[in-house]
Amino acid sequence: MMRTRRHFLASAAALGAGLLSQPLRAASARSTPARIVVVGGGFAGATCARYLRMWSGGAVEVTLIERQPMFVSCPLSNLVITGHLQLDEISVAYRNLQQRWGVKLIRDEVLAIDPAGRQVETREHGRLDYDRLVIAPGIDFIADGVPGHDPDDLRFPHAWRAGEQTVALRQQLEAMADGGVFAIHIPRAPFRCPPGPYERACVVADYLLRHKPRSKLLVLDANSEIQSKKALFAAEFARYPGLLEYRPDSSIDHFDAANRRLELEFDRVQADVFNIIPPMRAGNIAHQSGLPLINERWVDVDWLSLEARGVPGVHVIGDAVFPAPGMPKSGHMANQHGKVAAAAILNLLDGQPPNPAPVVMNTCYSFVDGEQAMHVASVHQFDAAAGHPLPVAGAGGLSPAPSRIEGEIARAWARNIWADTLG
Amino acid sequence: MRLKIFSCLPVRPSLLLLACLGFGGLSGFSSQATAAADPHLARNLAASCTGCHGGSQHSAESTDPTREGIAMLAGRQADQLLRQLIAFRRGERSATIMDQISRGYDEEQLRLIAEWFAAQPRK
Repeated sequence: MMRTRRHFLASAAALGAGLLSQPLRAASARSTPARIVVVGGGFAGATCARYLRMWSGGAVEVTLIERQPMFVSCPLSNLVITGHLQLDEISVAYRNLQQRWGVKLIRDEVLAIDPAGRQVETREHGRLDYDRLVIAPGIDFIADGVPGHDPDDLRFPHAWRAGEQTVALRQQLEAMADGGVFAIHIPRAPFRCPPGPYERACVVADYLLRHKPRSKLLVLDANSEIQSKKALFAAEFARYPGLLEYRPDSSIDHFDAANRRLELEFDRVQADVFNIIPPMRAGNIAHQSGLPLINERWVDVDWLSLEARGVPGVHVIGDAVFPAPGMPKSGHMANQHGKVAAAAILNLLDGQPPNPAPVVMNTCYSFVDGEQAMHVASVHQFDAAAGHPLPVAGAGGLSPAPSRIEGEIARAWARNIWADTLG
Repeated sequence: MRLKIFSCLPVRPSLLLLACLGFGGLSGFSSQATAAADPHLARNLAASCTGCHGGSQHSAESTDPTREGIAMLAGRQADQLLRQLIAFRRGERSATIMDQISRGYDEEQLRLIAEWFAAQPRK
């Protein structure tokens, strides 16, 4: 029976996107293909949409709802801040998803979901019906997470969603006088991209040393230690004595925007540029739709189907998910979630259980200047006894040191994963 | 650990023994058992590689082939791919990262991955 179905799907794929396979039709309306709505076109959502169409041979209808006109990559965006790259070099259009894969793209915003009625409500396109829903909104910031700081205020950018925030921080770094103070605030973990703030500190320090060597970089970390690649980043920080100062346990009490002053628990900081990364949680539509949350921040999912626990038909993927042990919130991991969810959805539409042994892996490259990068990698196998993926002991690891060859590989990695997500 | 879990279940000792024998030869997870469970296992495993290496629908951009880099896998010979993956896994071939990643898969999973990539057209 398995063989027959696989053979049928392979034939459907070979004959082209126009042929619909009977098992992938919606249970509720047998004459029409199953409808899958994907909310959010980042690494997770775009990958899921692309793989649903690819793996079904075009037999399921996929609608991707995205607010932004272009995908802008967070990976590599720290090199935009230092001027090594321009924003258009880390931006990718949704054209291939539409034209090559037949994904229906709606530029809009989802205001609410109705899991019982199997509908989403959009701002401009009314209500859309779905058979299965994928929610991939990434992160939003906790309200008043840094008292006095408005995450949307481009005078004090977080640059933790790539785009205008990134450009704003680039402009402020460029405009800062030699001898100025650039302050980065890192929120308590968990946050999107654990090595990201430390990569940013390295490339900004490298920029300052080259262009504004009398300046100061303050790295104010709410955590008690570096959260990723600790020894590697600590060694890099030590290369900038007198320029880069790393201060752990730096929780913000209050930000005084009018006086450009950061009140810490035991200290007060004035700076010319404030890069405040606020504490974060699951993106709004995942956070505000009554889905089960852990720590009131991240969605609790079933790790075989990636459905929100207790909410069949609603799959949540990417940074919005409460991570399994050792699983980072990264673009690479979001891309992997997209594929696990796509495989599970096609099995479920076919009346089959999800793959009982999903495997995901992660690779994060961090630049330390415009040329050299270093990695952290891990492989996560589903553990049936634990009920979630676990990092494989003895696998994965770190670079021994940053290198130019890994800098080249990191740039190729980015182009390849953008193609795997959107190409 | 496994025994402790089984001991909570209302099963006869003879069944418990059978269960232990059945799983005893496999540590941690079982590729063979799961291969039977999901007809798309090879495709799904290979999908964990395609973020870096590309897949059937696009080939990855390779870095300088004379040095360490990201290799294109689609359309390569399965036995050649598997030999290299196992050499990475056993530490017999040096790498920037593939030695670390290949140790996350057992050799049966690596075989399924190699065979899947070998069956993909090179574009």
